[in-house]
Amino acid sequence: MASLKELRARIGSVKSTKKITSAMKMVAAAKLRRAQQKAEAARPYAVAMRRMLAELASAMAGQDGAPKLLAGTGGDRVHLLVPITSDRGLAGGFNSNINRRTRQTIRKLQAEGKIVKILPVGRKGADYLAREFSDLIVDRVIGVGGKELPFSAASDLGDKIVSLLEAGEFDVCTVIYNQFRNVMSQVPTPLQLIPLGLDDAAAAEPDANAAQYEFEPDEQTLLERLLPRNLQVQLYAAMLESAAGEQGARMTAMDNATRNAGKAIDRLSQTYNRTRQANITNELIEIMSGAQAV
Amino acid sequence: MPIKVEIISPEKVLVSRDVDMAVIPGEEGDIAAMPEHAPMMLLLRGGTVSLYEGETVTDRYFVAGGFADMTPTRCTILADQAVPVTEISIDSATARLEELTEAWDAADKSDVTRLDGLMAKIQSVRAEIEAGLPPE
Repeated sequence: MASLKELRARIGSVKSTKKITSAMKMVAAAKLRRAQQKAEAARPYAVAMRRMLAELASAMAGQDGAPKLLAGTGGDRVHLLVPITSDRGLAGGFNSNINRRTRQTIRKLQAEGKIVKILPVGRKGADYLAREFSDLIVDRVIGVGGKELPFSAASDLGDKIVSLLEAGEFDVCTVIYNQFRNVMSQVPTPLQLIPLGLDDAAAAEPDANAAQYEFEPDEQTLLERLLPRNLQVQLYAAMLESAAGEQGARMTAMDNATRNAGKAIDRLSQTYNRTRQANITNELIEIMSGAQAV
Repeated sequence: MPIKVEIISPEKVLVSRDVDMAVIPGEEGDIAAMPEHAPMMLLLRGGTVSLYEGETVTDRYFVAGGFADMTPTRCTILADQAVPVTEISIDSATARLEELTEAWDAADKSDVTRLDGLMAKIQSVRAEIEAGLPPE
């Protein structure tokens, strides 16, 4: 049986933990709102870009010499995985879900005889993967998951991936990120970026009767400029969703922690009161039996 | 009959409204987006987009390169970066120009793709400074 003093100290410490977790929850809620607004604001660009790509792809259908970003290198021997995690923890299963998913994917690809390379984004994923697959990591991007998350973060990452592709370092590039369903659930989702599956986009082509597009300077040049930009935009969208998901996950985790702390305080207070009562009863019995003996 | 112009940067939508004409800095020369213009897709250089209502320019935005998608009823400008001309910071643009000029001097003169990229950036920043200067 813990002494009253120990119990008091425990209660005090759980109370301050609860204060911290509930403050973190509030902060995460505010950041979540901002992250969601950002993700919302970035959507029109991605939509317009997809429309233009679809238009271009349909205009170029049948022509060969498609850029590597669209058609791939022709092989699928070397896979580049880009897991997106956060720089900070205390977000429930947010990062470990991505890490587990990445690990499974690596094992599966390796079992199929593919070569796997990793370019982790975010400290949590980089640290986890460095323990097991340090020889597979080609580069790492850390410290971009802050509240600002400018587009340049995504464009730098995109440039890095393109230069790796140009150098023939990989054939297939897949991002693994947390898709933001709602505050409670973020789903680890793989998204293949290179080669780009434009089939869906071309199929979504609205009406074939529309007047023929003119292109300036020409289709090939436009496509070569659009594709890297599209890669950056897709990465940006994934990073924004991941950022919103991180805050959502943290909010949920901290909500649970606050509730658990509340329960722990109730339980400890009850034990404390019982123990105190028992001590008083004991003392009374001792006094009374002492008085009787006299 | 107006045309719907949208200027979108990767981060947000800057403009989405109906105007009579929009003059866009195409890579091969300025081009005016008007209602009933044939569908067209073009590369942009760094320069200003001017929005016209009637004969007067109501708004001017600086875009640092990007793409434009014109159809008879709308004109979507995907800008790499976009700012209203009134908000251009000459100081920051001048600083960037200096950085780029240094990069140009330091660059390997045989690496043509890098030189091309740098030159496009330098011209874009020069256009930004020009656009940001107050009218005489």
